Amino acid sequence: MNRRTFLHSTTAAVAILGFPSVLRAQGGPLKIGFPLPLTGPFAAIAADQRRGAELAVDELNAKGGVLGRKVEVLFRDDELKPAVGAQRTKELIENQNVDFVVGGLAAHVQMAINEQTKRAGRLFISISQSDEISAKPDTSPITFHEALNPTITGRAVGGWGVQNLGKKWWMVYADYAWGKQNNAVFTEVVKKAGGTVLGSTPYPLGKPEFSAHIPRIQAARPEVLMAATPGADGVAFMKQAISFGMKKEMKILVPLHFLFAAKEGGAELFADVYGGTNFYWEVAETVPQAKKFVDAFTKKFGVPPDGYAGYGYSGILEVARGVTLAKSTDSAEVADALRENATYDHYKGKQYWRKCDNKAFQDLWLVKGRSQAKGEWGFFEIAGKVPADEKLERTCAEKGHV
Amino acid sequence: MPDITLSALAAQLFTGLVLGGILVLLATGLSLIFGLMTVVNFAHGSFFMLGAYVGFFVLGYTKSFWVALVVAPLVVGVFGLVVERFLIRRLYGRGPDDPLLLTFGLSLVLIEAVKLIVGKLGLTLDPPAALAGAVDLGFMMFPAYRLFVLGVTAVVLLGLWLFLEKTNIGLVVRAGSRDALMVRALGIDLGRVWFLIFGLGIAMAGLAGILAGPLRGVYAEMGTEIIIEAFVVVVVGGMGSLPGAIVAGMLIGQVISLTTFFAPKLAEIVVFVVMAVVLLTRPSGLLGEAGLAE
Amino acid sequence: MRGPLAPVAGWIAAHPVIAIVAVFAVLPFVTPYTSLATQILVYGLFALGFNLLLGYAGLLSFGHAAYWGLGAYGAGIALAKLGWTSLWAALAVGMLAAGLGGALVGFFALRRRGIYFAMLTLAFAQLFYFIAFHLADLTGGDDGLRGIPQLPLGLFGLSIPLDTPLSFHYFALACAAVAVAGLQRVLRSPFGAVLAAIRENRDRAAACGYDVKQARLLSFVFSALISGLAGSLDALRLNVVPVEALFWATSGQVVIMTLLGGAGTFFGPFVGAATFLVLADRLSLVMADSWPIVIGSVFVAFVLFLPKGIWGTLIGGFHGR
Repeated sequence: MNRRTFLHSTTAAVAILGFPSVLRAQGGPLKIGFPLPLTGPFAAIAADQRRGAELAVDELNAKGGVLGRKVEVLFRDDELKPAVGAQRTKELIENQNVDFVVGGLAAHVQMAINEQTKRAGRLFISISQSDEISAKPDTSPITFHEALNPTITGRAVGGWGVQNLGKKWWMVYADYAWGKQNNAVFTEVVKKAGGTVLGSTPYPLGKPEFSAHIPRIQAARPEVLMAATPGADGVAFMKQAISFGMKKEMKILVPLHFLFAAKEGGAELFADVYGGTNFYWEVAETVPQAKKFVDAFTKKFGVPPDGYAGYGYSGILEVARGVTLAKSTDSAEVADALRENATYDHYKGKQYWRKCDNKAFQDLWLVKGRSQAKGEWGFFEIAGKVPADEKLERTCAEKGHV
Repeated sequence: MPDITLSALAAQLFTGLVLGGILVLLATGLSLIFGLMTVVNFAHGSFFMLGAYVGFFVLGYTKSFWVALVVAPLVVGVFGLVVERFLIRRLYGRGPDDPLLLTFGLSLVLIEAVKLIVGKLGLTLDPPAALAGAVDLGFMMFPAYRLFVLGVTAVVLLGLWLFLEKTNIGLVVRAGSRDALMVRALGIDLGRVWFLIFGLGIAMAGLAGILAGPLRGVYAEMGTEIIIEAFVVVVVGGMGSLPGAIVAGMLIGQVISLTTFFAPKLAEIVVFVVMAVVLLTRPSGLLGEAGLAE
Repeated sequence: MRGPLAPVAGWIAAHPVIAIVAVFAVLPFVTPYTSLATQILVYGLFALGFNLLLGYAGLLSFGHAAYWGLGAYGAGIALAKLGWTSLWAALAVGMLAAGLGGALVGFFALRRRGIYFAMLTLAFAQLFYFIAFHLADLTGGDDGLRGIPQLPLGLFGLSIPLDTPLSFHYFALACAAVAVAGLQRVLRSPFGAVLAAIRENRDRAAACGYDVKQARLLSFVFSALISGLAGSLDALRLNVVPVEALFWATSGQVVIMTLLGGAGTFFGPFVGAATFLVLADRLSLVMADSWPIVIGSVFVAFVLFLPKGIWGTLIGGFHGR
């Protein structure tokens, strides 16, 4: 082999190894990657997210797409595992060349997805709870957080609770990040409002065995019990609380209510239990955008949307809005466009992005379980509304943003 | 540190008994199967789950919890027999790892099959109205249903003991656990006994499942955590030892209960620590047979 | 009985490094996307370490995620928390952590046999999981360790960027090749023969005067080192270390992969990892809900009908099971 050939082949080799992927073809559909836990314990909530996203795609394409291009959402099962979420995100980026990513359920998976999208320079709109994802060091200029987080939810629900339900509290929480964050925030809020926290009961996530704790809790006589018990743990906790007669002795409050948990457990399970939610379908009775959303959703799927369907819907629509505003699919430009035109309203009222941390601020509702569901899905009744408020969230400085 | 009043402590100990009850039902079945057949049945948790699901459907169909309580274990036990006959039986004569691996894969299949057939959402299994309230024990109000679970466990274990001690088949089982070769040499067909015992062990898992359903809810993954605890119980008690399974089950139930009271953070790991300590000091568990372990 | 690929088996056994390098150099161009090939490589390496214990030493460990996880956290903490900039140092720390873990667990667990040994390995792995879960300041807790930077490789004074999937793949392949070469050396040595003897008949080996305890402990440590290297590479690959890396489900996964491929063979673990991961990747696209049941059923079918695994069956029983 002569020198020229050697140089050519070496350059070629370096080019293959060194250069990022070749220019993506313009035109063709606008692809949005959507990792979510289609299998696993939260599959029902993921199905809700998916339906919201599918409705958004239908509506966008009915109007001719975005920048003249059809929108395509590629759903991938992340099994609620960070390693799988990261791998699926790699596949979406390398194999499918998605321009953007929306999705994620559960903080640890979102953050793993975020590491991949940051590296690949793709905008990521995360649609479930996490305090860290919008703070340093996890966040980035192209990381957006559409959903509520434990701080906002805790301050809103806790603040409402200490005003309306009682001043003496007991906290039950799962001993992992989300549970601990909720415990910390609720405790802070209750104390600030002049209430007292009589005690707390951490328990190992996935081991909802409370019969050992409940007599102690009852003996302390709290007015309000906060239960940060996610998923199946929540169902187990409610059953046990009922069997020990706790509902008659105190008010029970959860950070988040889910329509599907109520459907699974039955109305009696969450009857009289208060909880927060970013969206409940009966809000349609008072908010016109919500009525539009709920009607279209129910017509398409036969079931009403719950909070996470709203996130999926709004997330996809925000990507579309950003692309339209920026007139480009470049993630940095879309991110800038969203920050500069921060206000939006897709399904429940005005929302806006905060500039420093790309955090979405939005209204949330307090709902209470009905002892008998109204119709097939009326498991909750609306007890209050907490409008969007930056005081409910940590300040930019507190999150590490200068 | 919470206030340690005598009544609170007593309440905690009592709760540990109930926790232990379910574990014992699972562990005795596991231990029976291992003791006689040296099969490590990783699908035990899935049969536990099936017991709850079958119970739900029988309850829906017959409107009687009592009927479901009897029928569900039977159905699951028969299903266990089918599994033994067509799947596990093929593996006899191969290495000891094969039935373990098979049942591991089988447990995955069963969980996913249930989710496909019944749906991803869990189900609610309600105890009968007669057991829905609480009983005043003097030092605490205790849910009646949990007392019932304790009672059923005691009755079943008594029945098992009678079966093993007082019947001929029981004699064969006990002898076969000790020395299968000898029993065969004496001309006794162990194959049939293995068949029966496997079904019995699985039926007990199914019973544990339907009993546990009202406590925690019914969902496809309900067996995956508890099966690890059940294995810990069996290993601590000594694989193949029924008294060991009972003693260890009660012990572990108490350990979990007391740890959640005094040091909740450690409740998850204490079970493994206990197991490691027991295994390292007593090679065959608390009451197990020597020689299998070293 | 000799399988259809038996002659190939002989050649591969003689030249495992060349075989692995050849296959994995080409694989990124065969798989739908490069990162899948790298994932297969890394998990295959994990399974290779596990297989050393199962197929060659005859010990079934339920807690092998411990060494994978220790390797991942070792490398991850070095880069993310301590701010080191040398990939080699990070890999070394990861392997060291895994090796120490292997020595510790092996020291205790090897005192018992069979299911008791397996449960002890599980107990230790769960202990590591618990520690990683709760030492959140160091490990990130259940949110996982994030912030592992994308660093270039320092080699002979050059700084080679690894920021494309393909470049990282070849880096991982180079590391894996070294590990395979090391393993080959070990198995070819008298030590390897002793291991085989112990696997076939432990008491006889002891009677022949071999130090069974020491040999098994050493094999445990080697196994942990290899699985630890795989874990470290995965930390670099994903830029996160999820706490699930230490969980028993991960241990279960490596058991499935090894069995699918064939225990007791060099190539089997890679074949098994490829089968499992490709199935998971592709099936979940077409059968969103039901792909787990397919994998479970495939596994059950393998235990029943192909106990030697795919590769094991193709080469006709390198080591009978």
